[in-house]
Amino acid sequence: MIVLLGILVVVAGFATKRNPVLIVGVAGVLTAFLGGLTPMKVLDAFGTGFASSRSVTLFAVTLPVIGLLERHGLQEQARALMGRLAKVSAGRLLAAYLMIRQLGAALGLTTLGGPAQAVRPMIAPMAEAAAERHHGPLTEPARERLRSFAASADTVGLFFGEDCFLTVGSILLITGFVNATYHAHLEPTQLALWAVPTAICATAVHGARLLRLDRSLARTRPAAGTVTATAGVTEEAK
Amino acid sequence: MIRIEWLYWLVGAVFLAMAAQMATDRSNPKRFGSAAFWGLLGASFLYGTWVVKKTAPAAPLGAAVLVMICLAGFGLTGRGAPRTTGPEQRAASAARLGNRLFIPALTVPLVALVCATLLKGTHLAGKPLFEAGNETLLGLGLGVLIALAIGLFLCRERNPAVALHAGRGLLESMGWALLLPQLLAVLGSIFQAAGVGTQVGKLTVHLLPDGNKYGAVALYCLGMALFTVIMGNAFAAFPVMTAAVGWPVLITRLHGHPPVVLAVGMLAGFCGTLVTPMAANFNLVPAALLELKDQYGPIKAQLPTAGALLVCNIAIMSLFAF
Repeated sequence: MIVLLGILVVVAGFATKRNPVLIVGVAGVLTAFLGGLTPMKVLDAFGTGFASSRSVTLFAVTLPVIGLLERHGLQEQARALMGRLAKVSAGRLLAAYLMIRQLGAALGLTTLGGPAQAVRPMIAPMAEAAAERHHGPLTEPARERLRSFAASADTVGLFFGEDCFLTVGSILLITGFVNATYHAHLEPTQLALWAVPTAICATAVHGARLLRLDRSLARTRPAAGTVTATAGVTEEAK
Repeated sequence: MIRIEWLYWLVGAVFLAMAAQMATDRSNPKRFGSAAFWGLLGASFLYGTWVVKKTAPAAPLGAAVLVMICLAGFGLTGRGAPRTTGPEQRAASAARLGNRLFIPALTVPLVALVCATLLKGTHLAGKPLFEAGNETLLGLGLGVLIALAIGLFLCRERNPAVALHAGRGLLESMGWALLLPQLLAVLGSIFQAAGVGTQVGKLTVHLLPDGNKYGAVALYCLGMALFTVIMGNAFAAFPVMTAAVGWPVLITRLHGHPPVVLAVGMLAGFCGTLVTPMAANFNLVPAALLELKDQYGPIKAQLPTAGALLVCNIAIMSLFAF
């Protein structure tokens, strides 16, 4: 029972915002000692665990290709493509971004998007402009809500897209852990395939909620005097 | 036969080359710490080959991992000034190359998929082309090499070292976060070796009616989501819940189909990530970037979706795993 203290270390560590790498190290060493391993066996456990989970970090091999393409304007081209959505309503824009983000992540292009790269400089301002074009000036709560949903479209799209990619960290963590611990022979392709049903559900559920935003925005037309300026979102991303 | 270890050597060599670049980068205030971290990582990828073959002791590798943890954990790694193209150059290059820029990026998953499906089991001169069970990963490596060649050709870049430098820029901006998934996998295997999974399993058995597979599915998915909420990420929760319920109960006892159980179990954990402030980079950082008054705005926007998808995951696992 006492070996469960390791989990508490992880919980407490993340709750107090310690460095995650340090949390893993402390929790690992503590748990191994509580489990009755000698210092030499602890080092052995770290070593064999690391050697058999190297596949999780394999995706780093794609960095030179992505870096080369970003150097030559990959992000700018992705933004130019998304700029073509400028004419649609706020809800449709965010739903389209959700699907683009999901599809991109499913093809391994997780860097084409993200709150700093796409949502703040582009998606949120575009959604606000679209909402104001259709429904007039936005109230402060409506603006907050719209921006929150812009952030959520990015996160939901990323989470439920990337698992369909064959060699993403979470898929390789599953195969690495299970194949090493239980001597199974799982293939990344099978796992990625079984991530597809949930990805479709995510598109349907979150897409529908984003589309419904248009209707709720139409209902909350501002009363006189509560209109706020649109300043603050148009400057460059950090 | 193309072996998986060759790919690990390639990745190890890339890390070592990047570490050498870092050691000489005077714009990085912590260049020696950074070079030591990535250099050790590269060396570990090479040494790991003989640990897996059990022809070398694992303890030195374990010590190297602890040193890497200390280097990253105590903030001894840093990043240099990014040396890359400016915004105008990028815009001009994007206008010139257009959608052709996506071709190399899409080559990687395409080649990986072809290797994993069509070329799987191909024999060359009586021997299998790829080491069995690793076709997808080898496809990834092959895809990267092909994509790199296409990319260098498209961008008219003659010097492959440009790609290595650009990759190092990304590596430095990700920092030790790049290694975190693997370290969490290591933690999972240590939890397993120390018997944590068995203990959590004993606790959950009390919650579980005997042989009821739908109860077990719900317990695994809810447990993944709950553990993820408190730990802040699904990667740390996965080994614990899988060792407790996923593998022993759902797969061994109830004969669930492993890929369905494990893939959907991980996604149930992601539902937890959507609603936890502990996953600050996904939920709180966007609120700050968008200058929201309510820092929980994104979480509130995601909560109904997360709940619905958790139900979807339980249903998908119940329907397809048995």
